[in-house]
Amino acid sequence: MLTTAAPRDPAALPRLLLTLLALALLWPGLSLSELDLGVLLRGDSAATMGQFLAGFWPPEHGHEFLALLGRATLETLAIATAGMSLALLIAVPCALFASSALSLSALHRGGRPAWWTVGLRWPVRGLLIVLRSVPEIVWALLFVRAVGLGPTAGVLAIAITYAGMLGKVYAEIFESVDLRPARALLGAGSGRLAAFAYGVLPNAASEMISYSVYRWECAIRASVVMGFVGAGGLGQQIDLSMRMFAGGEVSSMLLTFLLLVLLADQLSRLLRGRLT
Amino acid sequence: MTLDLSGVGLVHTNGQVALQDIDLKVAPGERVAIIGPSGAGKTSLLRLLATGLRPSAGRFELLGVEPWRLSAAARQRLRARIGLIHQAPPLPPRQRVVTAVLAGRLGQWSLARALHNLLHPLDSAGAARALARLDLEGKLFERCDQLSGGQLQRVGIARVLYQEPELILADEPVSAMDPVLAGHTLAVLGEEASRRGVALLASLHAVDLALAHFPRIVGVRQGRIAFDRPAQALAQAELDALYANEQLQTRPGSPVTSPQILHIPRC
Repeated sequence: MLTTAAPRDPAALPRLLLTLLALALLWPGLSLSELDLGVLLRGDSAATMGQFLAGFWPPEHGHEFLALLGRATLETLAIATAGMSLALLIAVPCALFASSALSLSALHRGGRPAWWTVGLRWPVRGLLIVLRSVPEIVWALLFVRAVGLGPTAGVLAIAITYAGMLGKVYAEIFESVDLRPARALLGAGSGRLAAFAYGVLPNAASEMISYSVYRWECAIRASVVMGFVGAGGLGQQIDLSMRMFAGGEVSSMLLTFLLLVLLADQLSRLLRGRLT
Repeated sequence: MTLDLSGVGLVHTNGQVALQDIDLKVAPGERVAIIGPSGAGKTSLLRLLATGLRPSAGRFELLGVEPWRLSAAARQRLRARIGLIHQAPPLPPRQRVVTAVLAGRLGQWSLARALHNLLHPLDSAGAARALARLDLEGKLFERCDQLSGGQLQRVGIARVLYQEPELILADEPVSAMDPVLAGHTLAVLGEEASRRGVALLASLHAVDLALAHFPRIVGVRQGRIAFDRPAQALAQAELDALYANEQLQTRPGSPVTSPQILHIPRC
């Protein structure tokens, strides 16, 4: 009988080693984070969770509660929208400064800006990094101390963190689109902002809108989280209801979240559909 | 003098020598065709003339000033007086033709006017006139991504017609058009240049078009000016020498007359 040994796969050993390496790296992570899934299955904690979850049904739908819920939802939407608007006011000018897309010196240097203009962009990039490196919840805690409990703290916290994120991503979008239209306009003597509006914006608009609407959705979620530290909106209501073990109220509010995120998703689809 | 170059050289940022010892004088109202084999430096020369590239040697004077001695702001104002027609017109796919044409005057408009024009075209009649000369007025409110390569090239030309510059530079302006349309378009450009008394420089692949529409021919080969003479005084031997290629064995005389149609990507 003729048997030929199957040819050895040269990739087998590296793959095995990579798997072992990944496991070796993950294990300390698991132990450092003290993740213990067993705690979910232990008798008493499972029973407590079960009781809490059982309270979720039926969702609370009393007339008075719905009025309260509606108000809190509007407040959350208002916090997210106002925060985003303020963030845009900071982010768009910063993105224009930070991006090299409108560099005049890059025109005759084969697309590479002069070193000193790169240097000038760094402080703006640094500012954007500072704005987004502190999580919004920390800003919210700060502002709650500064301006007191209420939506103002949430709006300011969202405005600051999201300005950092939007500014960075906008700047990268400006640089990633086809820059030839803008370069041609700059080469024909137009100003930078006009070249931006005629050369970059038509290419970047759909991506910018899609990202902004997604960030608005994130801002809604963030405003809920910040509600827990007293920045108003749905979060504050959830916090109250959880403390009172009113599961029905919590589930009504979670359903409201679902609706809000669905709404944001549909809005993003609609806008992208119109623009592409 | 519209253009006055002496001993101009250009080295690209990657160290490649693109142009050497360029001496060229062009008076207002002159029409000059730049011909030469692919990679000879025609596009580099035009971009240099449009102040899109900075010469690394020599003296370069444009519309009576030396652009690279000006401040950046003054150079931008100078650039507004130069119209460069690109081979593949850099137009955003979603921009409407009317906006793309009116953008020709962005260098002359204030920012407020430019932004207002973006929301509502301020001079659609002017854009329509420029397009009508190129037989394209029906496309005024179409989007650029709905046009063919040849139509896009004409939109790019209409933009420069609308800009009304004091110097028209054209880089292969008719490469994606059929011969009849190419002839008509070059005639429109020549007519515009002589009507307003401004200089026109166009690089062309098709030598027959260059000879038919331009009184003066500049031959470029390997980054140098091979000849610069009136179209009537041009000998066939000079053309053959200009396009001679050691690598490709072509029948003498024939390669220069075949119009080369380049594929232009849609927007």
